[in-house]
Amino acid sequence: MDLYKDRNASDTIIKKIFESSKDLGEIKLCHVCGTHEHVITHYGIRAMLPENVQVVSGPGCPVCVTTQGEIEAAVKVAEKGAIVTTYGDMIRVPSKRSLSDAKASGLDIRLVYSINDSINLAISNPDKKIVHFAIGFETTCPTTAVAVLNSPDNFYVLSAHRVVPPAMDLLLSSGKINLSGFIDPGHVSTIIGTKPYESISIKFHVPQVICGFEPNDILMGIYLLIKQIKEKRAEVENEYVRGVRTEGNIKAQKLMEKVFEPCDIRWRGFPVIPGSGLSLKSEFSSKDAYKEFNIEIEDIPEEKGCSCPEILRAEKIPSECPLFGNICTPQSPKGPCMVSREGACYISFKYEKSFR
Amino acid sequence: MCLAVPGKVIEIKDSVGIVDFNGVKREVRLDLVDVKVGDYVIVHTGFAIEKMDEKEALESLEIWKELLKVQEDF
Ligand code: SF4
Repeated sequence: MDLYKDRNASDTIIKKIFESSKDLGEIKLCHVCGTHEHVITHYGIRAMLPENVQVVSGPGCPVCVTTQGEIEAAVKVAEKGAIVTTYGDMIRVPSKRSLSDAKASGLDIRLVYSINDSINLAISNPDKKIVHFAIGFETTCPTTAVAVLNSPDNFYVLSAHRVVPPAMDLLLSSGKINLSGFIDPGHVSTIIGTKPYESISIKFHVPQVICGFEPNDILMGIYLLIKQIKEKRAEVENEYVRGVRTEGNIKAQKLMEKVFEPCDIRWRGFPVIPGSGLSLKSEFSSKDAYKEFNIEIEDIPEEKGCSCPEILRAEKIPSECPLFGNICTPQSPKGPCMVSREGACYISFKYEKSFR
Repeated sequence: MCLAVPGKVIEIKDSVGIVDFNGVKREVRLDLVDVKVGDYVIVHTGFAIEKMDEKEALESLEIWKELLKVQEDF
């Protein structure tokens, strides 16, 4: 039997959540992972919680936090004759010039499942330059590092990688939302371990629990957070022991450190977050598409009307966007949160719209 | 993007393995992990990012059981 999905276990944890939260005030928990949003919404977890316990979604969707300036950089690389590859939903994100429009206009932009597919493309097209538009958090960064170290000369990386803890720090520093705790992302933590979150708990006195991806992982995480709040503790706990070691994946961390260095980067919905981006170290500049194609990231203002910036800052939920479900739908998305399968708007539309 | 799924390593050739995801077999790069045939791994965008640690998982089950105090149901 699968304990992580078992209904009896869910009921027991829910009971414990009710018991331990009843004398506490409003509790607002934030997760920073698209897959967590999916699990929470798919299983209707919010409806199982006491009224004073709220779970909101933060900047956890890598597709959603990538800026128009970075998308524009990828289009420019394609205009300069390269074959640009990227992951799934990135292509459809509306932008000054979206990748799908650029593709329709004849530029060579391709979807890949893995960066390994781009390397293979480079091997089979030795007379072409192949540029991988590399988005994603710590879960994905090490795979790009492997590619930088093991690819032919005609393979380049346009790095739009970001790391999560600085964005969590900024969410709390902004003081706009009053968060009681973080549900930390499981597979980001698989790579980085528990340590990078510790300074956040110390600085802001917020509890954090790293959670897995089954419904009972999330419920257990919520229970452990409430228990910490009740006991006035602010620690980093690990619920997802089967997938996250305390020290993380050291091999992956070493590869990341070898290839990347931190840089300051803007996130959609956020100002420039110091140290939250990853750029290629100068010794790998021959692999760096920004250098090879002499391109800089433009500062393009965000579209008016779409509430993705507020949603990514955990200030709004999808149904509070006036365009949600009428003007903006998965068929005709107006913002990245409705495009990405990890976007809060897409997930909410898919699982909750029909109940309204 | 951060979606990752567990599977069982059934074959290894250099840094590439064949991983069985509930009957569906796919090539997976193993550069980020030290694994042997029979190990379970978590796979993200074509790379194994960690070994699923069964022992740790069992220990975590103990934690669960203790926390829930509903051993008789399991
Ligand atoms: S519903 Fe559409 S327009 Fe509104 S915030 Fe979501 S993606 Fe943006």
